[in-house]
Amino acid sequence: MSKGIAITGMGIISAIGNNVAENYDALINERKGITRVDNIETIQRNEIMVGEVKFTNDELIAQLNLPPENNYSRTALLGVIAAKEAFASAGITDVNKYKTGIVSGTSVGGMDMTEKYYYEYLTDKISQKYIESHHAGDSTQKIAEQLGIEESLVTTISTACSSAANAIMLGARLIKSGKLDRVLVGGADCLSKFTINGFKTLMILSDTFNTPFDENRKGLNLGEAAAFLVLESDQVVKAENRKVLAYVKGYGNSNDAFHQTASSDNGDGATLAMEKALKTADLKSSEIDYINAHGTATGNNDLSEGRAILRVFGEDLPEFSSTKAYTGHTLAAAGAIEAVYSVLALQNNVIFPNLNFKTPMKEFSMIPQTELKHKELNTVLSNSFGFGGNCSAVIFSKKD
Amino acid sequence: MKRVYINSIASISPQKTFENSLFLNEITDYNASVIFAQDPDYKQYIPPAAARRMAKGIKMGVVASKIAMDEAGIETVDAIITGTGMGCMIDSEKFVSAIIDNKEQYLTPTSFIQSTHNTVAGQIALGIECKAYNFTYVHSAISFESALLDAKMQLENNEAEHILVGGVEELGEHTTKVHRLINHVKPESVTISEVLKSKIEGAVFSEGANFFVVSNEKKESCYAELVAVETFNTLKREKVSETIEGFLDENNLKASDIDVVVFGNNGDVDFDGYYNQLSEGIFGKTQQVFYKHLVGENNTVSAFGVWLASKILKTQSIPEIVKINKVTSPQIKTILCYNQYRGQNHSLVLLKKC
Repeated sequence: MSKGIAITGMGIISAIGNNVAENYDALINERKGITRVDNIETIQRNEIMVGEVKFTNDELIAQLNLPPENNYSRTALLGVIAAKEAFASAGITDVNKYKTGIVSGTSVGGMDMTEKYYYEYLTDKISQKYIESHHAGDSTQKIAEQLGIEESLVTTISTACSSAANAIMLGARLIKSGKLDRVLVGGADCLSKFTINGFKTLMILSDTFNTPFDENRKGLNLGEAAAFLVLESDQVVKAENRKVLAYVKGYGNSNDAFHQTASSDNGDGATLAMEKALKTADLKSSEIDYINAHGTATGNNDLSEGRAILRVFGEDLPEFSSTKAYTGHTLAAAGAIEAVYSVLALQNNVIFPNLNFKTPMKEFSMIPQTELKHKELNTVLSNSFGFGGNCSAVIFSKKD
Repeated sequence: MKRVYINSIASISPQKTFENSLFLNEITDYNASVIFAQDPDYKQYIPPAAARRMAKGIKMGVVASKIAMDEAGIETVDAIITGTGMGCMIDSEKFVSAIIDNKEQYLTPTSFIQSTHNTVAGQIALGIECKAYNFTYVHSAISFESALLDAKMQLENNEAEHILVGGVEELGEHTTKVHRLINHVKPESVTISEVLKSKIEGAVFSEGANFFVVSNEKKESCYAELVAVETFNTLKREKVSETIEGFLDENNLKASDIDVVVFGNNGDVDFDGYYNQLSEGIFGKTQQVFYKHLVGENNTVSAFGVWLASKILKTQSIPEIVKINKVTSPQIKTILCYNQYRGQNHSLVLLKKC
């Protein structure tokens, strides 16, 4: 398999911007979106930093013109905004002209409303509308409804922090096998007390700006975001005379089978995922021009991922950086956020810096790209790893 | 393109289905609106220390996967793909309520760690040290069918030879309680024989795990050939017949070629019409069976429908308790499963005798 799947549109909302153009502007101007949390009342407020979208739910509802009785979780609100931008940027006007589906990733789903109204549901009728928005597929169903996708393949993946990367993988497979002509792939996750406190108990939240691949890294900043890409078959690209932004060239998923939440010391799962991605792309490691690393800035991830990258790339190590210092770790959405950044890197021949890096890790001599760098890029590899040992790598390319 | 076969099955459900030598020989009647899965002897499969840390859904998933792999006679697989609409409810509820009750203090990570939707697939991989592809689909009533479709595409393209596919769902107390408030759970208890006659809204909520080894080579243990899987996020009631006929046509079949149709009726007076119109319409002369009166409703219970169809194809017999009408078929070659939940997330699974 060497035939790429065309990416013809993309949309994003994150802590560093409400659309693709704003995100790109923040990336090249080294503007990070890490702050104290404002939209959630939590006793952890002064102990953590987050990558938060600053719109309140009411503001997002107004932007989307939703009726007051809507039961959208924040995940769904963010998801719809990014999905609509992706569709618009692809120039899709008649959604039913081609067999169109959606594959989205989420881990939080409607947990934000569940934790808000958990006991209220028992007595307060008005809040009960959110009971049905808890399940992970709900935000995807709502995105489909907003885009007018009916009677089609619409599904959701939840493999923790690799969910959106896996959604891209399934989307590519669906087009290759002819099940769909066009598929919206990506992911959405909002901040919640559930994840804030969950990661807090794991003691992997930094109390300051996260510093990927730094010896003195203190952990991750949680983030919220949504991003989607439009994948289209060659036939659609040709018939509609589409401008192709980039191609999904290869992908691989593998399980570390080491621990429910920690990565193995040598990054076995990550190594296998990158090797599989290279194999499906029919590329050698020396042909990768830039690695957008998972780089969460936890002690465990950066060591394990760093070792895996060294195992796969050895002497051929290209520039690599993690963009988590900009956005925080957006969990299930991360793979899609970084897919958009990988495509932007290819389009603009630019490598985004790994912010906040000062001291190399003592275990190896890998140093991330710390300054914006212009370089002709043809291929970018993006990593996403999640709980349950889930490891994914996706390769994007400029040419088919 | 390679053909795809269901080489083994495993079911943990509110009926005693975990022994593959049996086929609904003994039926447990219930008079309830929530029914729980019958426990196999978990100790036989999971060390007690590990089992103590696992919520019921994880245990059911791990054990069902072992039963399926044992029957297929394989030690490892090329992919593990699960579906779960609601995920690990027990641990999720534990962690949310602890956050609220203790005002975000004194929390421990165990329930958070195990609340992730892909916990079951991850634990199966850990248990058999399987570093292969590992996906979890979480899209309500088509979670299992999404997993099945993913597996089917990989096997057809020869990207994998043997894949473990399953659906798993566990009941969480609070979740059931709140779904009762909005009448998704039946407001009254019903017995097995009363479910379909029920004139009230809601379903009998349940839990369970149904796993399969699907392969692109036929093993001696083979139950069925998996011919086609299709899902639909929406489907208007009046378009169901036409959509099914279109699906059959793509597989060079007509409604009259179907020997048995497996319906997902759950006795919800608001939504059983989706099936009833087919019983009286395009499948009026087809043998019809159902199963949710025995095992209740949950987001991946349609995997039990595939279990039932697989059993019927292999044994060429149909237990009386699942029959809806009196039509019989001398030879059962082709079975269609149709399911939807609350008018959304419809699925069609087409199986043939192998």
